[in-house]
Amino acid sequence: MSGMNPDAGPDSAPENTSAAEPAESAADATGGRPSGLSRRGLFGLVGAGAAGLVVGGAAGAAAGTAAASASSQRNAIYPFYGTRQAGITTPAQDRLHFASYDMAAGAGRDDLIELLQDWTYAAARMTQGLEVTDGGAVGGSPLAPPADTGEALGLPAAGLTITFGFGPTLFSTEDGEDRFGIAAQRPELLTRLPRFSGDSLRPELGGGDLCIQACADDPQVAVHAIRNLSRIAFGRASIRWSQLGFGRTSSTSTSQLTPRNLFGFKDGTANVKSEDTKLVDDQVFVGSTDSPAWLAGGSYLVTRKIRMIIETWDRTRLEEQERVIGRDKGEGAPLSGGTEFTEPDFEAETGAGTPAIDTDAHVRLAHPTVNKGASLLRRGYNFVDGNDELGRLDAGLFFMSYQRSPEQFIGIQRSLAADALNEYIKHVGSAIFAIPPGAREGSYVGAPLFA
Amino acid sequence: MKRTLSVGLAGAGLIALTLTGCVPNNAGGSAVAVAITDDACDVATDTTASGAVTFELSNTGTDVNEFEILAEDKLRIVGEKENVTPGQTVSYVAQLEPGTYYTACKFQLIGSPIGLAEFTVTGDATAVDADAAELNDAAVTNYIAYIRSQVGELIPAVAAFTTAYASGDDETARGLFAQTRAFYERIEPTAEAFGDLDPKIDYREVDAVAEGLDWTGFHRIEKDLWPPAQGDLNSDGTSAFLDWAPSTTAERTAFAAGLVTDTQQLHDLVNADDFTVSVADISNGSIGLLDEVASGKISGEEDWWSGTDLTDFQANVQGAEVAFGNVEAIARSKGDDGEKLVDDIQSEFDALDALLAQYGSIDDGFVDYTTVTDAQRKELSDQVNALSEPLSQLTALVLGA
Repeated sequence: MSGMNPDAGPDSAPENTSAAEPAESAADATGGRPSGLSRRGLFGLVGAGAAGLVVGGAAGAAAGTAAASASSQRNAIYPFYGTRQAGITTPAQDRLHFASYDMAAGAGRDDLIELLQDWTYAAARMTQGLEVTDGGAVGGSPLAPPADTGEALGLPAAGLTITFGFGPTLFSTEDGEDRFGIAAQRPELLTRLPRFSGDSLRPELGGGDLCIQACADDPQVAVHAIRNLSRIAFGRASIRWSQLGFGRTSSTSTSQLTPRNLFGFKDGTANVKSEDTKLVDDQVFVGSTDSPAWLAGGSYLVTRKIRMIIETWDRTRLEEQERVIGRDKGEGAPLSGGTEFTEPDFEAETGAGTPAIDTDAHVRLAHPTVNKGASLLRRGYNFVDGNDELGRLDAGLFFMSYQRSPEQFIGIQRSLAADALNEYIKHVGSAIFAIPPGAREGSYVGAPLFA
Repeated sequence: MKRTLSVGLAGAGLIALTLTGCVPNNAGGSAVAVAITDDACDVATDTTASGAVTFELSNTGTDVNEFEILAEDKLRIVGEKENVTPGQTVSYVAQLEPGTYYTACKFQLIGSPIGLAEFTVTGDATAVDADAAELNDAAVTNYIAYIRSQVGELIPAVAAFTTAYASGDDETARGLFAQTRAFYERIEPTAEAFGDLDPKIDYREVDAVAEGLDWTGFHRIEKDLWPPAQGDLNSDGTSAFLDWAPSTTAERTAFAAGLVTDTQQLHDLVNADDFTVSVADISNGSIGLLDEVASGKISGEEDWWSGTDLTDFQANVQGAEVAFGNVEAIARSKGDDGEKLVDDIQSEFDALDALLAQYGSIDDGFVDYTTVTDAQRKELSDQVNALSEPLSQLTALVLGA
């Protein structure tokens, strides 16, 4: 299980208090939640009561057996609670539903805390393959709408992970308003990303106070999660933008085959893999000596919606496609030779004395060696949102990367200003979030922020 | 020394009660005199103490009249005495809790309230030991009275609107369109319960065409009053001139007469002796009105040509709030869960009303919905969602054990 469960292996069991888990904080102060949805999360009418803590034992055992086979993650169950949130180094699932939320006008600190408690409660259950509340789909009053929307009834957990994040505007609005009394806790590095060369950003496709990443091997399970969490939020937060993704474009574990993006190339060959715990600790997660302390065990998430100009790419000759990427299309080997996992040799030259890997090839400009050793844990997904008004596929890569510091992404993205690939892509959406550490059972995601 | 009174809330009809303890500030607990004429409704005092309040109604007018007590929203009826005939003096007792009310009369039981006047009830809430059946009866009685009063106001409003339209006075008709519809939109779920009436009165063109019906009613008239320009599209993307042309004078006369006939039929149906609603109808009607807002008004598809969607929006919300107000006492009787749910719903109603007030009012008119930006629409939609979630739990609560 530990191999498949990097987020909740022995080193990061809930008992381990290395992260900034508060002592008995707001969770207990507000009545021991999240042992149930708040009144506003459920309006007090469904017997959610004691169901909250049922998610432990049986589900945990199932995870052990299900996750034992790398090739069959469909029945995997990942623990929700732990020192780090699941869904970061968890082997990337096949499907994504991602949503960014804005808090409601007039919502205050208590509303935010209560929302996070409700989300934690529901997420802890859904990730174990359970309904939002016990009997929530069809077991409630016939006179009331069901507490769970029901489309995941009978489906396994499908490896569902639900990961929460906080955008810069949660801490203070663009106008500097401190709506939730947490402005002083804003990580210094959590600010809107700088402008990058070639950005075509549309404001409605980026930003947000909060985010939820739901990943699963069954799209219906991922959608069920976002749908129910959005419903729980009504009156407190609403969706600003959202993204469905199919086909992971990165591996986050050495047990996974490298998938292909919509350019047809293997993507994420050189990704940070969960098995490389030193690299993970060094590059992905905020350390206990980093600032702010509440974010220790957390991370930073950057999302970029990258539209691919598919039609132009598809009529580009193979030789040019491979030159742009810097790898061969079939195997994914660097053009400097070897196999997929051979390190690219940027000094290598062809017989004609030109670099084997072009100076503006994507693989070169994105590589840690030209980026002061910075790497990212990429977790992107392909998307096709129908077509645009010209009949072109509205398709591309929903890029997500987790890193210890936003500076890692910023540096690499600046390096990519000269990327030959830019001719075929357009960044249309951008967002950044601080990913809090995982929640201890009985507490809730984000509790250290309010300690 | 409050005495526990075992009566339904307001409007339970004539109940003989002795007042003790709660001494109204009209001297000695004597009845409040109400002098009713065809065009006045003079209540002797504008304030009294809470409890069972006796009104002494005297009709010196020329035709039948009605006395009603409205909630602070001037819409929800908390008590009424119908059929006060000329020359008659009759006592009417209403159980009134502290708060602000409005008194009014309704000449010939139809049209706008006459002599609308604020009426304040002071003192402490009385401990009403009403059982569930009495609470339910009061909710049903008052809601039926509300339905009848709205339809009663709809009739003359439709008459004025259709007269202007049929005579070609489009400017007057445009000015009356939205406010006339408000009486209908406040009770839409009730009207929809009568099968074929709502399609005749309130169908949009796309729905009528899709169902193979003759397109009549408010929206047919609306398109004549706000005629499309060449190149304009219907809400389903078809040409605005597909199977449509401006109505001729004869057609206008027919559409006007049809709307008068259909709304009169609605009036007759809700005033029939056997017309009734259930508590579930009231509660689900409240939820249904919000669903109307969420599905039709937010998108701007309802009043496609006039852009008066916000008036419908406000009227739907008012109707939902009245229906909620009618079952509120039942909900509160269900213990802490009921109290909390009622408080949640009320605060979300307040927030929605405040948001809508930024765009106008039914009396003064709202801004054209086409000028409301997507961001503003989302804000409205978010608040409708915030209200609808707790409201959707109301039926289970009021019908639950």
